[in-house]
Amino acid sequence: MGTVLRLQEVTKRFSGLLVNDHVSFSIDENELVGLIGPNGAGKTTLFNCISGYYAPSEGRVVFNETDITGWAPNAVCHLGLVRTFQVVRPIKQMTVLENVMIGSLCRAASIDMARQSALGVLEECGLIDKRDMLASSLTLVDCKRLEIARAWATKPRLLLLDEVMAGLTQVEMQAAVALVRRIKATGVALLIVEHVMEILVPLVDRMVVLDQGRKIAEGNPKAVLSDPYVISAYLGGELHAGS
Amino acid sequence: MVGGSYKPRMLTPVLIATGAAIALGLPLVLKAPFSLHVLIMFCVYGVLGEAWNILGGYAGQISLGHTVFFGIGAYTSTVLLLTRGVSPWIGMVVGIVVSIVASLAIGSLCFRLNGKYFVIATIAVLQIVQTLVTCAQSLGGASGLSVPVRNESLASFQFNSSKVPYAYIAILMLAVAVFVVARLDRSRSGYYFRVIRESKEVAESLGINTVVYKLYAIVLSAALASAAGTFYAQYVLFIDPNSAFSYPMAIKMCLLAVLGGVGTVWGPVVGALILIPLSEISRAYIGGGGQGIDLIIYGLLMTLIAIYRPDGIAGLIIRGRPKTGGERRATLGHGSTSSGSN
Repeated sequence: MGTVLRLQEVTKRFSGLLVNDHVSFSIDENELVGLIGPNGAGKTTLFNCISGYYAPSEGRVVFNETDITGWAPNAVCHLGLVRTFQVVRPIKQMTVLENVMIGSLCRAASIDMARQSALGVLEECGLIDKRDMLASSLTLVDCKRLEIARAWATKPRLLLLDEVMAGLTQVEMQAAVALVRRIKATGVALLIVEHVMEILVPLVDRMVVLDQGRKIAEGNPKAVLSDPYVISAYLGGELHAGS
Repeated sequence: MVGGSYKPRMLTPVLIATGAAIALGLPLVLKAPFSLHVLIMFCVYGVLGEAWNILGGYAGQISLGHTVFFGIGAYTSTVLLLTRGVSPWIGMVVGIVVSIVASLAIGSLCFRLNGKYFVIATIAVLQIVQTLVTCAQSLGGASGLSVPVRNESLASFQFNSSKVPYAYIAILMLAVAVFVVARLDRSRSGYYFRVIRESKEVAESLGINTVVYKLYAIVLSAALASAAGTFYAQYVLFIDPNSAFSYPMAIKMCLLAVLGGVGTVWGPVVGALILIPLSEISRAYIGGGGQGIDLIIYGLLMTLIAIYRPDGIAGLIIRGRPKTGGERRATLGHGSTSSGSN
């Protein structure tokens, strides 16, 4: 299987502040990679560097053998790399269906085709019954689902999910996990930022740990979480994930 | 959903036929020159409101200097007519082209600014252009330009004995403007404009080139405003920097769209239908004394609408409707709710 995303020494500085410090890793096709790290480790900044919202100060982002370093987000999206936002951003004055249609318009030749494609995505995401509701009237859990649905509708090869499970109950999280698995089953690769270890460990194929902007570990999730360095940096000595 | 989208399709031809009948009959029923004048001004402002609506209502880029394009349209056709004897119809097309070029230049500069800074920039652009035209002796300077009286004909775009032909042309222009916006409303660009209005970041994450689509919005908007400018020059037969590059008119364009309901197809028409007769009639009957009572009434109405109907009048009408096909209802309703957040 080929590599879909390759980060080479990605570094991001904001004036003096070093937020991402020579981060390198790669994601294979259809692989599900978890990105973890304490608050302020630079996870969201790295997302922004990958998805084109920030241009990295140094290093390269290579997607599908194309160097996309410094590309605009919309160009990156057309290439097949799309992200969700940590703080959900539904287009409130549009219906759920229209929100997802915006995503499918990225690939569809017409409004009608976009509608058909969006209805399919809504079906998969369990939002089909709410398609005619205004996005402003959705609950948080549905907003998170809508965020994923809209990004998925752009037919990406790599989907970046930024804390889509934060704030959800156990039951809602299980539904979200099922959705992530369904997305993966369609051949999409995913990079997920998440804090809930008992959800993440059984879900991901591989885990990357950031701390203070640097990558401190990478590999099998259980192995990574038993790494003493990771435990001291991130988990504070207490191992949640062993269960 | 099927029922919701099917019914309006049945209704549309009926509505269009009724509208066309009213549009064709009205200039014949309204015989008095003043009534025709109100009708014509309603149409001109309707076009301007729709033009503003594309950029301000749909794409969310609030311009308070939009008469720049109106003025370019008025001046281009008049100058071409005066210096080369070019037909104002061709002048209208040339004016549209000049306005499009100007809008691309203004857009590339002003779209670097967001929110209120964009608004300020548009005001500044209008003031700059107005001052430049005032100083340009070749454009008549501060004293303006008179359109020479020529033979009355459709080709010369001049009708001296009756306002009826002007009324028909104005109605046709308004119909074109509404048609353009109605098409836009259901098109890819319409969806993209609305996303850009709400969040530039979301738009970009979903593959939308926000720079290109904002420029598309200002180009469409400028073209419509420019055509209205040429018409206005041919109707009034006199233009000067104050009337063509008018700041009060730029505010009125925005007000009537907001009043009627921003980001809706019919909002600016509804707004113009209320505001323009009100302002023309109050100006004619009570405005002569120089006490500005017409403006006071006008301001009072705006205040009342802002307090009780921040969604605009179109929002009122749509909200009052029974909840049929959800998708359609929501698209109509979305823009009306947006004025609150803008």
